[in-house]
Amino acid sequence: MSKAGWIRTILLVGAVGALELACRTGAIAPTMVTAPSKMVTTLVETLRSDEIGMHLQHTLSAVAIAMSIAIVGGFVIGFVLNWVPFLRRAFSPFLAAYYAIPHFAFYPLLIVIFGLGPVPLIVLATLFAMVAMILATMAGLDRVPRVLLKTARIHRLSLVEEIWRVRLPAAAPHILSGLKLAVAYSFIGVIAGEFILSTSGIGHEIAFAYDNFDNPRMYALILFVLGIVTLFNMMVFAWERRMLRRRGA
Amino acid sequence: MRGGLLNLRIWRDPILVAISLVALWQVLHEIAGDSAVTAPAPTLAHLWEMIGQARFLPHLRETGLAFLQALAIACGGGVLIGVVLGGHKLTGEVAEPILVALYSVPKITLYPVILLLFGLGMPAKVAFGALHGIIPVVLFTMNAVRNVNRTYLRAGRAMRLTPAQTGWYVLVPATLPEIFSGLRIGFSLTLLGTMLGELFASQRGLGFLLMTAIDLHDVKTILSIAVLISVFAIGANAALLAIDKRLHRGAAPEAHEKP
Repeated sequence: MSKAGWIRTILLVGAVGALELACRTGAIAPTMVTAPSKMVTTLVETLRSDEIGMHLQHTLSAVAIAMSIAIVGGFVIGFVLNWVPFLRRAFSPFLAAYYAIPHFAFYPLLIVIFGLGPVPLIVLATLFAMVAMILATMAGLDRVPRVLLKTARIHRLSLVEEIWRVRLPAAAPHILSGLKLAVAYSFIGVIAGEFILSTSGIGHEIAFAYDNFDNPRMYALILFVLGIVTLFNMMVFAWERRMLRRRGA
Repeated sequence: MRGGLLNLRIWRDPILVAISLVALWQVLHEIAGDSAVTAPAPTLAHLWEMIGQARFLPHLRETGLAFLQALAIACGGGVLIGVVLGGHKLTGEVAEPILVALYSVPKITLYPVILLLFGLGMPAKVAFGALHGIIPVVLFTMNAVRNVNRTYLRAGRAMRLTPAQTGWYVLVPATLPEIFSGLRIGFSLTLLGTMLGELFASQRGLGFLLMTAIDLHDVKTILSIAVLISVFAIGANAALLAIDKRLHRGAAPEAHEKP
């Protein structure tokens, strides 16, 4: 590990230790923050005992569906927009302003349209995640070096072959970073939606525990969500790094 | 070239987009019916009427104030932290992965913690908005400070600039374009964070109005507020983007003029 890595680890461990100490000695009231050790023990109990599996399943399936639609749809739309200049000109101002809109303001509307359930969550998360994928795909395809396309023409590749063997691999780094964003945004969309208003899911469970002053359970679940999402993001990150290294980049 | 034609070009795209969005809205209304999506014209009329009402203004002011305070913290604090992290190599290396991880985590799960720490009301909203906005500002500022061309600093030293002069004549112009890009993203995210904070456990503000409108099944109000916020967000973003482009364009020619 590098020097910075060591310092970072020590810093994080120290912060958790300080929090533990402050909670144990009563410097921080248990009504505010519970001790990290208690978060972990409560988490183990929660995971073992009650119906948390069902909530987890609801959340993860919604995330998985939103993520798949966002990634596949975003890629296809980005590809088409890049291919047809007219469409691109028409949509690009819209895409540029897209992430300025606070999407969650539209969640109430989605609930009214689709009813309370998994559908508005999936729609919200897809809307949130897809445009990142569209933008990344377009950026990637834009930056394919001209010389590669010329080489493809010299080798008389067919259009499909040119796309498959030249354009896509050359655009891959950008597309991958879009994919990374799409994964993170799907999680954020689903969990935030559950948190605001829903009947099941991990986000809802946290909000429910908060409403019932059940701090230990709330902190345990927060820790759980942050853990899962960080793990997932790190997996995508590691995968991206491996792909990039194989390309020699 | 620069004249009426260019002006027309600048305005054509946004107007077309606005028209097509309203058209899409109308189509959605025709498909989904009045109980799900109200038509554009009555909704906008409702919005206009709502803005005129005395009981609407305190909510608007509450949200506006929360947003402005959060924005001030996110921008001021973000630039400050970013300069420190960018200026000191090791500190930056230690902090960057933590910041990136925080950036991609659903921060909404931390909102109950913030509510417990700050209590219900304005401070919690401000803290939550600032938490969303500050990270991109820090990351962009850090990168900007790190990537300052060493030649500029050496040139400054050769001209015997005082530290204050180095800051003002070298560092600020060199880092401003990128920092401003960070501020623009921070602006959008702060707005998002403030709205999120208001949607959950809030007694005042536009987010609160949205949540009460769900209970009343008042689609017109939901759409009105959503449109109001979106128009504000898009308008502000367009203005910031224009400044952003100008700054980035300004950076290049100046370098050519004084080789």
